[in-house]
Amino acid sequence: MKTEDFDLFQSVLKQRSGLVLTRDKAYLLESRLTPVARRWNMKDLGELAGAIRSRRDERLLRDVTEAMTTNESSFFRDGKPFELFRQVVLPTFLKAREDTRRIRIWSAACSTGQEPYSLAMILHEEQAKLAGWSVEIVGTDLSTEVLDRARAGVYSQFEVQRGLPITHLVKYFRQQGDRWEIIPEIRRMVTYREFNLLNDLGTLGTFDVVFCRNVLIYFDQPTKTRVLEAIGRIMPPDGVLVLGGAETVLGITDRFKPMDNHRGLYQLTTAPRPQGLAVKAAG
Amino acid sequence: MKTCLVVDDSRVVRKVARKILEELSFACDEAEDGRQAMEACVRRMPDLILLDWNMPVMNGIEFLRSLRQMEGGDVPRVVFCTTENDLAHIQEALSAGANEYIMKPFDSDIVQSKLAQIGLV
Repeated sequence: MKTEDFDLFQSVLKQRSGLVLTRDKAYLLESRLTPVARRWNMKDLGELAGAIRSRRDERLLRDVTEAMTTNESSFFRDGKPFELFRQVVLPTFLKAREDTRRIRIWSAACSTGQEPYSLAMILHEEQAKLAGWSVEIVGTDLSTEVLDRARAGVYSQFEVQRGLPITHLVKYFRQQGDRWEIIPEIRRMVTYREFNLLNDLGTLGTFDVVFCRNVLIYFDQPTKTRVLEAIGRIMPPDGVLVLGGAETVLGITDRFKPMDNHRGLYQLTTAPRPQGLAVKAAG
Repeated sequence: MKTCLVVDDSRVVRKVARKILEELSFACDEAEDGRQAMEACVRRMPDLILLDWNMPVMNGIEFLRSLRQMEGGDVPRVVFCTTENDLAHIQEALSAGANEYIMKPFDSDIVQSKLAQIGLV
């Protein structure tokens, strides 16, 4: 691939999704964007880059960004964060929110919906404790294509066999030939929205629990800081942030600190200050 | 080292499963049908049994029911691994005492994920 083409894709992806693509990941461009080029009747990535340069077609740019940012997902991915959610996070909020009986959970970059549906299944298992409570799960992703799949809640045999206990498959899915559809009761527990993590998070409202796993790894340091601090501003002082196994806040922001003995869980260091308060106070 | 008995009438499937399980640090033994599997369990109960459904002589579900009646037969974790991919078969297997269920075709990711479900990896 020509250097100027790589640079163009790199710049488009950084600008639109925050994704930082280094030279050693050039193969990812080839494998993920070649199908996009074919869909647009172009012969290769050189022609695709040329088309981006000559006509900044929004649909084309969107296709390119989505192809590069769509990541694999599985039910109860990595296991532990979901155990911690059930054993630590949920009981904490059942106590802390006794007065309002309302909990909001955000699954950021939820891809095809396995993470928010896993959370919904846990909540369903705990439903006896949640009678009279309003628990909202919001799943967001940059890609409309994966959100359409998430909303449909239909998965392949391969997808339902990774991470999902067989008892959950029997209880929470209906079989349609070789596909498995999540039951309406679970599907209704999740609301999906198209959302770019680089945009203003304030439009989403506040969240008690934020799952933002395996997203930050694609960002450069300043973008990681920016996104984490923005997340901190839409969480209450006792909110819990869940990051992926390879991610940390250390050296990126001091707004969050790891929770003792609960790997992957983070809490705010201090109550977040609303944006603009310092300016107002100074004025 | 944990032990696994791979029960399948297909030599190819046994070979593939054995390779995956050995990479997950299991010591593997093989049986071609339910009766051979019973004999192996009488000699020594494995920690895990990967079990096909349709086999000559004694099929997987008959084997599982007999196993769960045997002394010590409640110990092995049993994971079906079969082309019987419908809900009715899955429910029947769970009622008979299966711990997990793999729908063929399978790969090492699926095997690993299923064994993680039952605390074996």
